[in-house]
Amino acid sequence: MKRITIGLLGAAVSLSMTLGSVQAGTLDDVKRKGHLTCGVSTGLPGFSNANSKNVWSGLDVDVCRAVAAAVLGDAGKVKYTPLTAKERFTALQSGEIDMLSRNTTWTHTRDTSLGINFAGVNYYDGQGFMVSKGLGVKSATELNGAAVCIQAGTTTELNLADYFSEKGMKYKAVVFDTSDQSVKGFESGRCDVLTSDQSQLYALRIKLVNPGNAVVLPEVISKEPLGPVVRQGDDAWFNVVKWSLFAMVNAEEMSITSANVDSKKSSSNPGAKRLLGGDAGGKLGLSSDWAYNIIKQVGNYGEAFERNVGKGSPLKIGRGLNALWSKGGLQYAPPVR
Amino acid sequence: MTDLKNPSLAPPVTTVGIMGWMRQNLFSTPLNSGLTVLAVAFIYLLLVPFFQWAVWNADWTGSDQSACTSGGACWVFINARMELFIYGFFPTSEYWRVDLVFALLAVLIVPQFFERFPHKGWIGFFTLTGFPVLVYFLLVGGSFGLEPVESGKWGGLMLTLVLAFVGIVAALPIGILLALGRRSEMPVIRTICVCFIELWRGVPLISVLFMASVMLPLFLPDGVNFDKLLRALIGIVLFQSAYMAEVIRGGLQAIPKGQYEAARALGLGYWKSMSLIILPQALKLVIPGIVNTFIALFKDTTLVLIIGLLDILASVQSAIVDPAWGSVSTEGYLFAAFSFWIFCFSMSRYSQALERKLETGYQR
Repeated sequence: MKRITIGLLGAAVSLSMTLGSVQAGTLDDVKRKGHLTCGVSTGLPGFSNANSKNVWSGLDVDVCRAVAAAVLGDAGKVKYTPLTAKERFTALQSGEIDMLSRNTTWTHTRDTSLGINFAGVNYYDGQGFMVSKGLGVKSATELNGAAVCIQAGTTTELNLADYFSEKGMKYKAVVFDTSDQSVKGFESGRCDVLTSDQSQLYALRIKLVNPGNAVVLPEVISKEPLGPVVRQGDDAWFNVVKWSLFAMVNAEEMSITSANVDSKKSSSNPGAKRLLGGDAGGKLGLSSDWAYNIIKQVGNYGEAFERNVGKGSPLKIGRGLNALWSKGGLQYAPPVR
Repeated sequence: MTDLKNPSLAPPVTTVGIMGWMRQNLFSTPLNSGLTVLAVAFIYLLLVPFFQWAVWNADWTGSDQSACTSGGACWVFINARMELFIYGFFPTSEYWRVDLVFALLAVLIVPQFFERFPHKGWIGFFTLTGFPVLVYFLLVGGSFGLEPVESGKWGGLMLTLVLAFVGIVAALPIGILLALGRRSEMPVIRTICVCFIELWRGVPLISVLFMASVMLPLFLPDGVNFDKLLRALIGIVLFQSAYMAEVIRGGLQAIPKGQYEAARALGLGYWKSMSLIILPQALKLVIPGIVNTFIALFKDTTLVLIIGLLDILASVQSAIVDPAWGSVSTEGYLFAAFSFWIFCFSMSRYSQALERKLETGYQR
């Protein structure tokens, strides 16, 4: 019996074994396969979620598409692997995916001990608070004694404790298992305050029966820089992912959009010329129109932001920290030179 | 003989008809009357608002959130995202392949519900052997001019059915072999089977799936990668076959020793006596147990959502967070529950019909 089982297992393994060599360098690997395998979340509105046409869309998905556009010249050549929070790093380490773009917070432990590298930040998130308008609270410092709805086992729980003890305030934690449940708890009045990452708070607010009754407070009590991740020890690939993101930010800085990229390409602006042509692509092991493809097919960072989480989406998140450095935000890309 | 002068009186109104029935069954004692009133009030308070929400006040037609204005259930949402719930991310142009599989499955299953149907046995045999192979080629593609569809694009009801069907088709034969092995007189085979069963039955399915998705890839050599869906499938099959083995062992133990001896007296070897005498009786005895395991397996397939496979429940969960829709989680979960209920209920009905048909004198 056992022999049969082992035989079956062996047959299954050998049948479906794909002998792609991770060692050979992910960039060559992706070029040879003709598609990029990108790990995304199983469903986070605005970042990676199936849209009404059953196509993956979102800010994280756009990073995958940008890399595919840069490497393969076609933003559509991406295979998405939906991953849960627990399996995301394993999938990357084992070579199941080429890159991970799954609202992953860049932390010291992850960067140093998991054999992975963060290739940049595509969204600066932070923990915030949502209260109902009726409460009349304008700032998180007025929340002394409040009942707070949180999700169990997340860093939000720890951040919350830190923040309240630092301010010398008291709170009562009402713990839920999923974000869905915590919204229901907030709605039914079991707590005065709902806390989570700000990007999530906006998404959760839409799920309230009466979204207009809730406001997100301005305070941000933690740093959650989210960004794409690659395996450590493959610097060529690391550069490709990093500069695909930088190309989007640089394009916004130079006001190059998917609409005007063709006219900008033939303009005399030296910065735009270096980005859209020249030898920048060659140094990355890509073709010279790598950035042109990204901007033409995916758009610049601002376009991707507004389309997925900003004005063009139901989330209506303001740019805030994610505005360009020249407009008071943190998005800053080294020059293409 | 009837007395014409004094015809017998009609029975009192309170003992016949609806009134009589109610008096007898619902209001026979003060306690029963009280309980009846309570139950009616409970049903009224619970069901009326539910139907008001789910049927009378519900929105049925439209294409987006703006159609959901009446305050009741927003079934528009289910309708609009139906493709995701049924096909997952399967390419739209290839939907016909999934439809064909669904249609074939229905065509193959329907004869089993009829008492007499020509070649019923062969149809059943094909459903369990040829059909899975056919499904494999249809869904995976890559041969016969079909476009390959990687398993990452499978999802929704289709994925749930694939998981459940493969689990059922593979777990039953493996379970039978394990059960026979556990009762074998050969010590090595017996020990191996006992260890296998106790190991797989002793760990939760959720940890088997985690092992398959999180640990296994780390043990494999670099560059060796095998499909996440396949890993989950193997985990489910091994897990369920251990359960199945114990159910079938129960049937084997219920067969009197005389049957074994009679089979041997007829000169039948081990496999012949098992397949002709023992197993047909044993399997019939444990039909409720087998179907119970199947139904449990069908529902257990939803656990794959923790390893990022988007089965019907997971695709509902990913759709209800879509910011383009308002608060639609209740509708989504109700839809998922109803889909599961349909399949599990029909399995249960089929097993009851099968028991009646195979009834040979055990009934009390």
